[in-house]
Amino acid sequence: MIHYRRPGALARLASVLRDVASRPSGAVGLALVFLHVAVALASPWIVPFDFKAVSASKMLLEPDWLHWFGTDHLGRDQFTRTLLGGRQALLVTAIATPLAVGWGGLLGVLMGLIGGRIDDVLMRVVDAFLSLPWILKMLLIIVTFGAGVGVMIPTLAFFYGIPVIRIARAATHGVVARDFVSAARARGHGRLSIARREILPNVLDALLVEGAMRWSWMLLAFSSLSFLGFGVSPPTPDWGLMIADSRSFMSIAPWTGLAPVIALSSLIIGINLTADGLAKALGVDRAQKAPV
Amino acid sequence: MLRRLLLGLVTVVLVSVIIFAGVEALPGDSCTAYLGRDAFGQRLANCRVELGLDRSAVARYLNWAAGAMQGDFGVAANAGKNIAAVVGDRLKNTLLLAFCAFLVGVPTALLLGVVSALRRDKPLDLLISTISIFAMTIPEFVSATLLILVFSIWLGWVPGIVMASAGSPASAFFPEIILPVVVLAMVMTAHISRTVRSSVIEVMEGDYVQMAVLKGVPYWRIVFRHALPNALLPTINVVALTIAWLLGGVVVIEKVFNYPGLGRLMIDAISERDLPVVQAIALILASVYVGVNLAADLLTMALNPRLRTLRSRR
Repeated sequence: MIHYRRPGALARLASVLRDVASRPSGAVGLALVFLHVAVALASPWIVPFDFKAVSASKMLLEPDWLHWFGTDHLGRDQFTRTLLGGRQALLVTAIATPLAVGWGGLLGVLMGLIGGRIDDVLMRVVDAFLSLPWILKMLLIIVTFGAGVGVMIPTLAFFYGIPVIRIARAATHGVVARDFVSAARARGHGRLSIARREILPNVLDALLVEGAMRWSWMLLAFSSLSFLGFGVSPPTPDWGLMIADSRSFMSIAPWTGLAPVIALSSLIIGINLTADGLAKALGVDRAQKAPV
Repeated sequence: MLRRLLLGLVTVVLVSVIIFAGVEALPGDSCTAYLGRDAFGQRLANCRVELGLDRSAVARYLNWAAGAMQGDFGVAANAGKNIAAVVGDRLKNTLLLAFCAFLVGVPTALLLGVVSALRRDKPLDLLISTISIFAMTIPEFVSATLLILVFSIWLGWVPGIVMASAGSPASAFFPEIILPVVVLAMVMTAHISRTVRSSVIEVMEGDYVQMAVLKGVPYWRIVFRHALPNALLPTINVVALTIAWLLGGVVVIEKVFNYPGLGRLMIDAISERDLPVVQAIALILASVYVGVNLAADLLTMALNPRLRTLRSRR
């Protein structure tokens, strides 16, 4: 069964990605995402300088042929730090996103399928969590347990899985009344079997689009926290942290901030364009959602 | 309608339980944070008795919730000040910021959304759509930093940082408030105008609009009398969602611009582990969120006769 389905899923993903790339905005988005992932994977071997090599004689140098993006307030090469600056954010969010979509999606499908009292109560809890600003929830955890990778991944996965519950539940409601579900029931399939074989394949598209959106919100949260000084700790290069550092020298050395600003913005825009493209290619309605 | 109201109330109560339990579950309390390295033995015990931390969690929750309902959030752990007074000033400032952003953002969004829908796929629409993608995806702290660089450092038009203290009257925040308002309004505008655009396009393709065209009704009359009232209904909920976003986004903006609002107080309170203040802010923000969404639902129901009789469960 599994040997028979795997190539099908991959082939389908490839055809969806081709569909996304066939539109100009989707192509730009995919290109940006692939570029960023490639740079993040390859950067330790291609950067010209040591990212933590401090030099008092090289502080805040303007861009030149040696230091392409100039140097920062500690004399560190800004090109090197910009190339490396997305690694932590990408690592954390790339693991946390599938986790969030996974648990949120599964619980949402089950809640949509079971309904009744349990569903009502859980939905109230979901609403309660959603009514608190993301930054408050994240900060409470981070201030207590630190902002290491081992804390950030489960925390992001947990909080960003909650809105997925809603999406998966709504998508399930759209499927559960269809004839093939009744047929499966009549055949005597249990709830779990129906969820896995009838519902999941049909809500997967909505979850894929939602996952892409969650990925971009997570990156936003991650770099905002770094920017505020609660995320990645120095000297690890991180775009949010670099932008925060550059603010003190903005009037005399604006280039120190520009490189990480462009890097971070292009990645988030790339993910959003890809998400839009995915929504169009899969025919999923990408509803307006506020980041939570 | 009563059901909605009750559900909203249930949500707020749940939030209060979650936030209280969450803060409770974290290691350490106000006394360990306040006393720092001295937090042991008799001193710790005395502090706990003084702040009432020696009672059971349920008793403290009930006591806190009862106070909160009357607007009394107790005393801040670190400074010993009355929380309601501290939070009140900050809340006022944040509301001022949010209100200005709302005042600028919503009309702009309506205008841009309608214009780009009526000029669908023309250069103007593409321009507006592209700009709004940038505005809604670029992190707030990035656009804030860029705006400060351009408008207050290079051009020198507006100040880039707020100097007024928390208790200042509203007039003291002008003109410093301009840049934070612009950043917030930008994101709001982008989100709302996208919804307005798609719903105006949908309505303009409707049968009754076609009918009006065939009847020979003038174009602008069709747009304003026939299409817009229907197209703008879904916008109300998006505006509510955007305000909900504002509550989180405003925290970062306040920090960037040094604006003395609720968000900055929240960050400070969390890093100082001033837990009573954190609980008060969380409860206020959650109530605003629930209240705004409730208001949007009720407004939509009031404006749309079809929904008034519909007994749909969400």
